[in-house]
Amino acid sequence: MADTIWVYAEISEDKITTTTLEMLAKASEAGKAEAILLGPAPEDAVQTLAKYGASKIYHCADAVYTDYLTLPAAETVAGLIQQHSPAVMLFASSYSGRDLVANLSARLDCGAITDVGDFQLKDGSVEATIPALGASYQNTSTLVSQGTKLLVVRPKSFEPKVNEQPVSVEEISAASAEELRKVHMKERVVVKREGPSLEGAKIVISGGRGLKGEEQFAILKELADVLGGAVGASRAAVDAGWVPYAMQIGQTGKTVKPDVYFAVGISGAVQHLSGMKTSKYIVTINKDPEAPIFQYSDFGIVGDLFKVVPQLIEELKKRKGV
Amino acid sequence: MNVVVCGKVIPASTVTIEIDPNTKRMARKGVPHELDPAAASAVEEGLRLTEKQGGTVTLITMGTSDATIGIRNALAMGAASAVHILDDAVAGSDTLGTAKLLAAAIKKQEFDLVICATESSDSYSGIVPGQIAYFLGVPPVTFAKEIMVDGNQITIKRQSETGYDVVESTLPALVACSSGINEPRYPQLKGIMAAKKKEIKVYKAADLGLSPDEVGEKGAREKVLTIGRPAKRQAGKAVTDEGEGGKQIADFLAEIKVI
Repeated sequence: MADTIWVYAEISEDKITTTTLEMLAKASEAGKAEAILLGPAPEDAVQTLAKYGASKIYHCADAVYTDYLTLPAAETVAGLIQQHSPAVMLFASSYSGRDLVANLSARLDCGAITDVGDFQLKDGSVEATIPALGASYQNTSTLVSQGTKLLVVRPKSFEPKVNEQPVSVEEISAASAEELRKVHMKERVVVKREGPSLEGAKIVISGGRGLKGEEQFAILKELADVLGGAVGASRAAVDAGWVPYAMQIGQTGKTVKPDVYFAVGISGAVQHLSGMKTSKYIVTINKDPEAPIFQYSDFGIVGDLFKVVPQLIEELKKRKGV
Repeated sequence: MNVVVCGKVIPASTVTIEIDPNTKRMARKGVPHELDPAAASAVEEGLRLTEKQGGTVTLITMGTSDATIGIRNALAMGAASAVHILDDAVAGSDTLGTAKLLAAAIKKQEFDLVICATESSDSYSGIVPGQIAYFLGVPPVTFAKEIMVDGNQITIKRQSETGYDVVESTLPALVACSSGINEPRYPQLKGIMAAKKKEIKVYKAADLGLSPDEVGEKGAREKVLTIGRPAKRQAGKAVTDEGEGGKQIADFLAEIKVI
């Protein structure tokens, strides 16, 4: 019998997230995919999960799961795991995914593997591939605890696949204990952005320490506007306070896979590389010819970004005829 | 309000970390260490809150004797005391073992708030804070980019995929703060001098009521099977800018049919 693999479904901006669909693709390939869907969801959510491979969905639409963070969902999922013991449960490496796994791995005393890029199931044991220390090493790990193996999966590790299944939906009751209502989601603030999102952009222009300050990110924005892309940043630029964490690309930030990735003034620390190295093309601008990023780039200019970028913008405008 | 900060002392950012092929762990011994910048931010956040509200900051760290330099740095910043979990038996702990040890050490302190960095700058798993919160039985308030405390009410701005969430909870609680939440202060001479007199309590796993089987490599649920180097991407062309760099990039974009 195929192993049962659960996927914790996430919703963002009123849609099942792409990472959820990616995990379903892998789960259906490695075993029998089932999904857990908690909290208010768009109407077509169940249908979407089935379309991408879920053969069973445990569902509860109660708002307790969105009004209160982590604890109600952890209570419900822990109960389901104890009842059904799936071989593996997959969570996205997202804010809520990591919080949930933290709680479950402690509660079930089972541990977890984070930052998983791929995994294999053999005789009930799991072997996960993890890019370690950024991308400079790749490790494989296993979990020696009994029972369900919890894996936190990196976004963009798999391709979503349409794999329509006859689906059964089991409605489950909501976690209702008062003590689970401890972390209250009071307000969701959407920060308006212009242009495409970082994760969805075909072109990403990222800046690092070489930008030297907040104001200079304006030239990257201008380049992004000309190319219809989005602006990202390395951890160095985020830690310096020049741009918000939401723009961070790398192991601790977002993972992107655009057609073209521009690394501008970024040396290419391993932590950054792991968030962008699967981009189709990587273009680098850096004044240091020894910067590790050049080893990963398809085309690089060794030079002053404050000269090269404005020239590129001007050239692009000229060729577009604006 | 008493604050406990969990933070790590890690190989300095100037060091290229290698993996020891025998133990499959980072080769940490003998390289210069520093207080993890993410931990420094957590200490800074604790100091700012206690400066406003009264109370003290205690740093708890787990690591080899190399960690002392980072502990001293936190004390010089203004932390009142520190706890160092120093024990060969804890080497090779996975996230769960680490969280059990830290939680047990925190329980020995008086605290209203625990502050952690979301993740350390050298291993990034990001689940230790949530595990600690579970073992302490306090609410996990994570990915904070701003923390406000009013009485026993804590409100944070939490990172989200689309902006931020305003999240409320009550003390005692655990907050994990995201990178860049603040600019940690540099220790001043007075602080550095004062730090020399501050207490660093040293605990072994047994002092924390944990048997060697529960922690370290023995207790780890996660076992590293193999380590290796992934195939490198073939490096492409790189040219030195001689005044035409921007145009050359435009040519490349045309060649790959992006423009």
